[in-house]
Amino acid sequence: MYATSYHRASSVEDAVQLRSAHEEGKYLSGGMTLISTMKQRLAAPSDLIDLRHIPALRGISIEGRRVKIGAATPHADVAASRDLRALCPAICDLASHIGDPHVRHMGTIGGSIANNDPAADYPAGLLGLGATIVTDRRSLSADDFFVGLFETALEEGEMVTAVTFDAPEKAGYAKFNNPASRFAMTGVFVAKTASGVRVAVTGAGSDGVFRHPGFEQALASNWSADALANVSVDSSNLLSDLHANAEYRANLVKVMAKRAIAAAG
Amino acid sequence: MTKVTLTVNGRTMSGECEDRTLLVHFIREKLGLTGTHVGCDTTQCGACVIHMDGRSVKSCSILAVQASGSTITTIEGLAGQSELHPVQAAFKEHHGLQCGFCTPGMVMTAVDMINRHGGSLTEEKVRAELDGNICRCTGYHNIVKAILAADAEMASGRQAAE
Repeated sequence: MYATSYHRASSVEDAVQLRSAHEEGKYLSGGMTLISTMKQRLAAPSDLIDLRHIPALRGISIEGRRVKIGAATPHADVAASRDLRALCPAICDLASHIGDPHVRHMGTIGGSIANNDPAADYPAGLLGLGATIVTDRRSLSADDFFVGLFETALEEGEMVTAVTFDAPEKAGYAKFNNPASRFAMTGVFVAKTASGVRVAVTGAGSDGVFRHPGFEQALASNWSADALANVSVDSSNLLSDLHANAEYRANLVKVMAKRAIAAAG
Repeated sequence: MTKVTLTVNGRTMSGECEDRTLLVHFIREKLGLTGTHVGCDTTQCGACVIHMDGRSVKSCSILAVQASGSTITTIEGLAGQSELHPVQAAFKEHHGLQCGFCTPGMVMTAVDMINRHGGSLTEEKVRAELDGNICRCTGYHNIVKAILAADAEMASGRQAAE
């Protein structure tokens, strides 16, 4: 790892100020991707601004069916929240299968979505739920937030502070994970929300997380795995790598979508 | 150089290190506690698992400065004066190790898992919870047996105390 300077932020304002003072700096949340990337010398931020000790960024609050998850909330807390599970078990199940138990104790929802790894789980969950991503300066829909491979709508120095969403009527997530990395080789999140059915796919798209309009239309008129039988999945924009080629992933998208529907009930 | 202060196994310990120093190297080289191992160094194997503020973490993927101010338990902090921790005793009893390299991380992981799921562990649950720990010798069977035995032992201890 190249040399870096560490700063511990005490508040969101403090963090934003520290970041703007260090042009080559980076926000550090749980560090479960960033520290590994720095160890491989694939990233070399001059400064790290640690967000893990900002109390306002941590925790889950629920008002009626409105859920708010602070950006620095670890995956383990989302997985273990009984209040959240009562409203939206799918997001708890999704969080409970990220990485391994030790990674879930450190890794955070804000860090995951700001990184937008094309095989990460949370981007599918939030896009599927039609969540809103709150930053230090604005609110963005998940549709606008996730832009491409490791790319989001975040501007220079902009920081995710929370995500909010309305608990869906039904939702489910299923992933086929890579047994070595535990990332999704393909993961599908399905949700029946007040504004319609949403289906989001991670791990498969060559441009990162995406929605599947064909599945959404089919499920809107018939919420069952059978409804997907005759809907095709175009493999032309899917990833091909040593783990799975695009055609295999296209099949996985459908299989995972069916399993997600079964999980949602 | 930055001063890092930790409460390790009940004692306050400090040391100076670079901001890029990993927690596992700080614990091993600055504090001299070499029970915590570096296996893969890429967050895969779990040989470096310790507890930070009561939660299992991989100390090869955390900077020492990130941990400053926290409470740490390492494998050296588990046993009493003369008796092994029930999880350590169960690993010994059930031969849950061969070469022993992964064992500190396995034991710290097992203690964390019992803390969170105490009394309700099943073989399936233990195997799922071992997702972040790799053993190249045992094939896991005796590790799983040891953890289930320790869980039962500790649950009966809790009942006796109540």
